[in-house]
Amino acid sequence: MTASSRHSGRGIDVVLCADGPMLIRGAETVADDNGLLHPVHRPVVAVCRCGASTRKPWCDGMHKLLKNS
Amino acid sequence: MRLPHPRGPISDVIVGYLHEPPDRTGELLPVEFGPRIRTTKPDVIICDDDIQLGLWMLYELHYRSFDDVADRYEWDPEVLRARARLEEVFETALNDYAHAAVTTAMRDESPLADQLFDITASFAGPPLAEHVQRRATRDQVLEFLALRSVYHLKEADPHSWGIPRLSGPAKAALVELQFDEYGDGRTQYIHQDLFGRTLRSVGLDDTYGAYVDIAPGSTLAISNAMSLFGLHRRLRGALMGHLAAFEATSSVPCRRFAAGLRRVGFDDDAALYFDEHIEADAVHEQLAVRGVCAVMAESEPYMRRDIILGAVTCLKLEALSAHHLLTAWAQEHRVAWR
Repeated sequence: MTASSRHSGRGIDVVLCADGPMLIRGAETVADDNGLLHPVHRPVVAVCRCGASTRKPWCDGMHKLLKNS
Repeated sequence: MRLPHPRGPISDVIVGYLHEPPDRTGELLPVEFGPRIRTTKPDVIICDDDIQLGLWMLYELHYRSFDDVADRYEWDPEVLRARARLEEVFETALNDYAHAAVTTAMRDESPLADQLFDITASFAGPPLAEHVQRRATRDQVLEFLALRSVYHLKEADPHSWGIPRLSGPAKAALVELQFDEYGDGRTQYIHQDLFGRTLRSVGLDDTYGAYVDIAPGSTLAISNAMSLFGLHRRLRGALMGHLAAFEATSSVPCRRFAAGLRRVGFDDDAALYFDEHIEADAVHEQLAVRGVCAVMAESEPYMRRDIILGAVTCLKLEALSAHHLLTAWAQEHRVAWR
């Protein structure tokens, strides 16, 4: 996965959430495993890290079901 | 929106008072009112149509109010006095209703963020989302949407009361979350308006407050709890705990609700609100739990209990309302539309 910045000259902030997604601030697009670019429509997005999301590359909360099973 | 129809002596005197010109004098609620209802069980207070509608009307004066009520009533001392009396009863009921779960949670000393995710993940509420996804009839889906509209048409507004009451990183995280609720500067993506689009798409009325008259006490109590927490600065911890639990129990159910709407034949436009919330609330839960609540509890450790109280209240009120719906549906009745 790669992300490109929406602000030239400003970095992208990345926060890894324990047992959860990766939060990305300031990205304009996020590229998935196949190189497909997904536009970012909100200031901060959650990217799936568990692999169980039904809406990759975005987190859909499915990691919580994995944890319970 | 006009004032709803009264459902008992309390909402009746409130409607009567608010219909009068604001220069009238007199007492809004009879003095003996307080002790009479204080003897009742918490879930009875929470489900009481008359109490909850009365409180809902008094809170609504602070939001978009009613076409047939003078704006000055928002800060009318009699109105505020009546509200305080109802709030005392309601807040006591909420505290009693959440007490056991809050006490258990307070014995756990793990970090607050872990604890909030644990509480929301392990809470065994009725399977409303699963029912909507797999089995609900089209009429049941419509009833579900109509009842949800009482809150969703003002979604996020009660939690915005928290903004001026926080500072530093917790404030920044709350504003970042709320900015997304209000569409990130894109009018067509304001979440409360997306719900209006859902209502229109399925043939329901998208007018603000359109279904208040058919909403049972347990539905009104969901909105009232948020207004109680939001309008009192001392309850800011509960307000943010409520937000965290609300967001942390949204993504997965929203995926089920969207699937349920499509299963009974509604289109993508109708499901858009729920589709949007699958991804949005996966972000929001992280912001609310880690960015707001965990940060608040770190700087003000005494907030921990209130944050947990807010989270538990959110879960228990949603569960109570879901239980009413599922019980009525199992008997082929409706909760609303009476």
